[in-house]
Amino acid sequence: MREVAVIGIGITKFGELWDKSFRQLIAEAGSKAILDAGIEGKEIDEMYVGSMSSGRFVGQEHVGALVADAAGFSHMHIPSTRVEGACASGGLAVRQGYLSIASGMNDIVVVGGMEKMNDVGGNDATATLATAADQEWEAFFGTTFPALYAMIATRHMHEYGTTKEQLAQVAVKNHANGAKNPYAQYRREITLELAMNATTVAYPLGLLDCSPVTDGAASLILCAADKAKKYTDKAIKIIGSGQGSDSLALHGRRDICTLDATVHAAKTAYKQAGITSKDIDFAEVHDCFTIAEICAIEDLGFVKKGEGGKAIDNKITTLDGSLPVNTSGGLKSKGHPVGATGVAQMVEVTQQLRGEAEARQLKDAKIGLAHNVGGSGATCVIHIMEAM
Amino acid sequence: MENIGIISYGANIPQFRIKTEEIASVWGKDGKIISRGLGIQEKSVPGLDQDTATISVESARAALRRCNIDPQDIGAIYVGSESHPYAVKPTGTIVGEAIGATPDLMVADYEFACKAGTAGVQTCVGFVKADMIKYGLAIGADTSQAAPGDALEYSASAGGAGFIIGKDDVIATINHTLSYTTDTPDFWRRAERKYPSHGGRFTGAPAYFKHISNCATRLMEKMQTKPEDYDYAIFHQPNGKFPVNVAKKLGFSLEQVKQGLLTPVIGNTYSGAAMLGLASVLDVAKPGDHIFMISYGSGAGSDGFDITVTDKIKDLKIENAPLVAEMVEDKKYIDYGTYAKYTDLLYWE
Amino acid sequence: MGGVARFWREIPQRYNLIGNKCEECGQVFFPPRESCPKCRRKSMGKIKEIKLTGKGKIVTYSIIHVGPEEFEEQVPYPIAIIQLDEGPRITAQIVDCDIHDVKIGMKVESTFRKIQQDGSTGAIYYGYKFIKRK
Repeated sequence: MREVAVIGIGITKFGELWDKSFRQLIAEAGSKAILDAGIEGKEIDEMYVGSMSSGRFVGQEHVGALVADAAGFSHMHIPSTRVEGACASGGLAVRQGYLSIASGMNDIVVVGGMEKMNDVGGNDATATLATAADQEWEAFFGTTFPALYAMIATRHMHEYGTTKEQLAQVAVKNHANGAKNPYAQYRREITLELAMNATTVAYPLGLLDCSPVTDGAASLILCAADKAKKYTDKAIKIIGSGQGSDSLALHGRRDICTLDATVHAAKTAYKQAGITSKDIDFAEVHDCFTIAEICAIEDLGFVKKGEGGKAIDNKITTLDGSLPVNTSGGLKSKGHPVGATGVAQMVEVTQQLRGEAEARQLKDAKIGLAHNVGGSGATCVIHIMEAM
Repeated sequence: MENIGIISYGANIPQFRIKTEEIASVWGKDGKIISRGLGIQEKSVPGLDQDTATISVESARAALRRCNIDPQDIGAIYVGSESHPYAVKPTGTIVGEAIGATPDLMVADYEFACKAGTAGVQTCVGFVKADMIKYGLAIGADTSQAAPGDALEYSASAGGAGFIIGKDDVIATINHTLSYTTDTPDFWRRAERKYPSHGGRFTGAPAYFKHISNCATRLMEKMQTKPEDYDYAIFHQPNGKFPVNVAKKLGFSLEQVKQGLLTPVIGNTYSGAAMLGLASVLDVAKPGDHIFMISYGSGAGSDGFDITVTDKIKDLKIENAPLVAEMVEDKKYIDYGTYAKYTDLLYWE
Repeated sequence: MGGVARFWREIPQRYNLIGNKCEECGQVFFPPRESCPKCRRKSMGKIKEIKLTGKGKIVTYSIIHVGPEEFEEQVPYPIAIIQLDEGPRITAQIVDCDIHDVKIGMKVESTFRKIQQDGSTGAIYYGYKFIKRK
């Protein structure tokens, strides 16, 4: 199996981008990545794009071809495929690109992720996000997507004594990081008091425990590692890729508080990279809700099950902590254009490893991890990256 | 003689209540006077997730929990209501499926204002007597509607009861049933209209009182009985006053009427009214008790029943479902705003 | 939620909690499964339909304050994952109780309610909700 590196990154501003269309967003992120990598269109072997629900958000399916077209590649007939795994669509697109290069089939692959969520009203956005849940056995009965994570939180509080304040501290930390990220949707810090007293969305989660509805796109240029030097001297190697799945419905899981898909994906990725969780210097984790970040740092093996809340209290995951998490601001503050998220996480990890993260730059960060989840945990995809 | 009657029964009353005074205060009326005038203190209100189908299913399931019959042996289901959730598409099929009685089953929805439920009982009695079915299930249930500000708003409520009718192991024998019917437009709801209309005081003497009295007299003539021969008497109860007045006129005492009179505390459950009254009586009845019941449906007609409780009532697992009195007490008060939301008064284009 | 057929084919589950059971290992499934995930091919032809009692207890819950469009009028309302006595877990609303009474471990039983409808002209969909066990 060949080694694969990231040689170019591109990301749009995240937010309510009223003047940008779905195709403009992905074309912008893709162009930035292509320019960053210094490749030519004709060098691209294949494209993979992640979008959770372009069909419901903008009424457009068949987005593999659309993206190639928007990028100006239609006359080159470059194969372009759309990948879907709810909020993990972006990470899955990266993995498909990764596998196609590792297999020897391709040398250079463009990976993209995008979502244009604000062209529909709030109710439609909520209903669309709920399609990541089990329609027949969860959503039909009135469950919302926040309620699924809220049920994880209720159980986590019950079993491990996790507190609403610890949840709020996740939001406070991620907003502090997002304030330093020029691409973030919410570039402002929030106080613990504000986070604790936000209006309830699904008890015990308040509005500031939830990631927002976001428009945005991100792109990576993947290249066979042995050919990367030809384009750049700041290539970042993907040293591990893991994916796992689990029951679609939360009620079907072995344990409500554990995302076994994460545990499985992490095990696979660590094994491939030849490392353990202790070797990870920083991580971008899927904090679609604050409780999700607490579960993630447990399931990734950074702390023991049940000690995620305490890790937040001990400031382990802050920018100057021993294991910074979500230096980009996470989904919470940077924004969560669902299909783009998995790709955007790897843009951040790349920037950190390149030393280009500006105000949020970590010192001596060598190995970073990106953790992207679909639904309430039915899909998880993890990539581990290291500077070459 | 064949012993045809009630095998089991169950009831369902939604949890929400609104007080007469709360409604009156919205319309600038004196709630105490209205409450006293109608003999209604409060009425039941269905939740947003309750309708005639859910009340019917819960009543039928309660009846089944109390006895040992196989739902597959139920050969007919009749649901009487003036608030079927669909104008076209039966409620009875929902009940049949939800209790596991489909598919070898006769089903129809009945409408005869407030007596559609007892009409279902009569149908079941006929089929059982004809040996066409082993058991029949008759349900009377309503989530009745009243226009905001109309006099009916103080009474129109929600609830229902279901009776499994069969032969032999009956807890109460239906000795006889007959009806008194004329064409009398005292109360109606036109197709595709949301709220009913009524003839005001015309609903009294020529309608309610005439039909109940004539039906009662004919039944007692037929059975060669007098009011004092009965332990309990149940009359349709559009308010708290009419049933007491008609009972008095016929020679029944308040004591005989009391147990079957629920309107003062839950309002008029329309098709459920007389049926819930009977359920309430059976909740406390003893072997040998003699029950007189007359329902009334506008339009107009009355169904009369002469019923005797048997020894088998002791075998009924009555504790497997809540008693009517328990459901009357299991309540949660709501204000008029919530009531308006629950009864779909707040709608817009 | 799509056309009526999609609801209609689930009526046995939604109305009567019809699940099934692997006679090889005894595990009960709801909704029913085509085969047992544990016994795999050994379970073929040994999956038997069973009706669940609808009794169980709350494993976890949330109180929904911002609901989907069809449920907006009901907020705030509790939703819970319930462990049924026979084993399977299901997600359903808890009704007829104060939202503050809902607790992990609370014993509940199923009741028959209207779940949602396709607007004021479409079909009405009924199914299970849960109430505190009496």
